[in-house]
Amino acid sequence: MIEVRNTTKSYRGSIVVDDVSISLPAGGVISLIGPNGAGKSTLLSIISRLLPASAGTVTVDGMDVATTPGDVLARRLSILRQDNQMTARLTVRDLVAFGRYPYGKGRLTAEDEIHIRRVIGYLELDAHAGRFLDELSGGQRQRAFIAMVLCQDTDYVLLDEPLNNLDVKHAVAMMKLFRRTADEFGKTVILVLHDINFASCYSDRIVAMRDGRIVYEGPPETIITPEVIHDVYGVRADIHEIDGKRMALYFR
Amino acid sequence: MRWLLPAAGGVVALAAASLFVGVSDVTMGSLFSPGGSDEAVQILLASRLPRTLALVLAGTAMAVSGLILQMLARNKFVEPSTAGTAESAVFGMLMVTLLAPGTPIIGRMLVASLCALAGTTLFLAILRRMPLRSPLVVPLVGLMLGAVITASTEFVAYRYDLMQSVRAWETGDFSGVLRGRYELLWISGVLTAVAYAAADRFTVAGLGEDFTTNLGLDYRRVVALGLVIVSLVTAAVIATCGMIPFLGLVVPNLVSLMHGDNMRRSLPWVALTGAGLVLACDIAGRLVIHPYEIPIGTTMGVVGSGLFLYLLLRRNAGGTGRAA
Repeated sequence: MIEVRNTTKSYRGSIVVDDVSISLPAGGVISLIGPNGAGKSTLLSIISRLLPASAGTVTVDGMDVATTPGDVLARRLSILRQDNQMTARLTVRDLVAFGRYPYGKGRLTAEDEIHIRRVIGYLELDAHAGRFLDELSGGQRQRAFIAMVLCQDTDYVLLDEPLNNLDVKHAVAMMKLFRRTADEFGKTVILVLHDINFASCYSDRIVAMRDGRIVYEGPPETIITPEVIHDVYGVRADIHEIDGKRMALYFR
Repeated sequence: MRWLLPAAGGVVALAAASLFVGVSDVTMGSLFSPGGSDEAVQILLASRLPRTLALVLAGTAMAVSGLILQMLARNKFVEPSTAGTAESAVFGMLMVTLLAPGTPIIGRMLVASLCALAGTTLFLAILRRMPLRSPLVVPLVGLMLGAVITASTEFVAYRYDLMQSVRAWETGDFSGVLRGRYELLWISGVLTAVAYAAADRFTVAGLGEDFTTNLGLDYRRVVALGLVIVSLVTAAVIATCGMIPFLGLVVPNLVSLMHGDNMRRSLPWVALTGAGLVLACDIAGRLVIHPYEIPIGTTMGVVGSGLFLYLLLRRNAGGTGRAA
C-alpha cells in the first residue's frame, strides 16, 4: 500500500501539489488524470522519491520513501518519467538489462536473463534488441524504456504518460500489458494518463487531480460522468456506455 | 569483442615501435651486441621505456576520463579541456609553484587535482542551472569557463614570469620523460582500473539522474566518484607531461559509434584506442622532423581536430544524427 499524507510541493511560493493525502491499496491499475499543470507528474515523482516533498510523508508498504535506502526501494518500486532524453548510446537489450541492476549490481544471473528475454518479448522488441536506442523511432524507444522498468520486476510500477509516442495499436497493447501485469503478476501499476477513455477502460481506480489537489477518486463508473469531467477539465462530455465501458465523447 | 585482442596486439606493436624511435641508436642489434650494449640498455631503461609507459598510461587515462566526463555531463562534446578541468589544474600548478615552490611533485599534483575538482564541479553546477541544455551550448559553457580560469592563470603567470611553465603544462610533450619523472602516472593507471570496476555505475549515471535514482543508486555519489577520478587523472597528466588535447573528446566518440556507450563493454576499447592514438601521434612527432621533435600537443591537435571534424560532419550527414 502506498500512503501519501499531507504532502505538499511548492516552488518559490507557487504550490504545485497542495496538501494531498491518499491511500492506494496494493494491486490493480490506478490512473491519475487531470488537466495540464494539475500536479499529477509532480505527485508521481514525490511518491517515487525522485523529488523531495516540501511537506508531508509518503510511505510504500510502510517504508518512508525519503529515508529508505535507494537500493531497497528500487526492488519495490520503479518509475518512468516522461520525456526521457538519452545521450548514452545503449542497445535495447543493454537498457532492459539495467532494469536488473538493483538485484545484481551489474552482474546478470540466469534468472535475470530470463526476465530480460521475457520482457523484451512482451513489448515486441525482439527484432530490435540489438539495435541502439538512437536508431529507433520514438515509439520503439518508449517501449524500450517501459521494458526496462518492467524488467525491474517491482511490486509497484509508476509510469508518467507511458502512451506518449505510441500509435493506436501499441497504445492498446501497452494498456493490455499493464492490465496483465496487475492481474497475472499481482503488481500495482500507477499511470498518469491523458486519454480519459484509456483510463476508463483499463483502470480499477481513477484519481482525478486539479490545481494540485485530488478532487475525485473511485472506480471508473463514478469518475467518468459528465459532471466530474466538467468539474475536472472544464469541458462538456457526453458519456456513452459501450460494451460495459464508459466512454467520454468530448470532441464537439 | 573478438577484435579486442588484435587491437591490443596493435597497441603492443606501437609501444614496441615507440621504444626504438629516437636520436640515439637503440635497436635489437645494439641491445644484444657484446660491445657498446651498455649505453643502449641505459637509454632504453632510463628514457625510452619510461616514455613509452608514460604514453600508454596517459593516453589510456585521458581517453577514459573523457568518457566518464561525457557520461556525467550527458554530453558528447565534453572532455577535461572543455569542462574547465584542465584549466583549473594548470591554475593549481601555478599557485603551488608560486606559493610553495618547495612542494614535491605529488603535493603539486594533489593541489592541481583539488583545483580541477573545484573547476569541474562548478562546470556541472552551471549546467544544472541552465534551463535549456542544447548539446552545443554545453561545451561552449565549458570553454568559456576554461577561458576565464586561463585568463587569471596567465595574468598571474605573466606578472611573476612563469609563462613558460604554464605553456609546458598546457602543451603535452613527452620528450622530457625520464625514469623518476613519470611515476605519478601510475596513479592514473590505478584510477583507470577503478573506473572499469565502477563502469556500470557510470553507465547508469549516463542515463540521467532519474534513472539512476530509480535503479537505487545515489546519483551524487556516482558523480563525485567520477569527478575525483577525472580530476586526479588530469592533474597527474598535466603535472608530468602536459595536457593532451582532443584525446578525451575524440576517442570515446569514435568508440561509441562502433560499440555504443555501455561502459563495461566500451571502456576497454576506449583505453586501447587512447593508448594507440597517443603512441602513434608521439611516434609521428618524433619522425617528422627527425632528429628534432614536435610535441604531442601539436601532433595530437592536428590529428584530433581532423577526427573531430569528421565526427561532426558524419553526425550531420546521417539521417538519425540527432545532435548528442
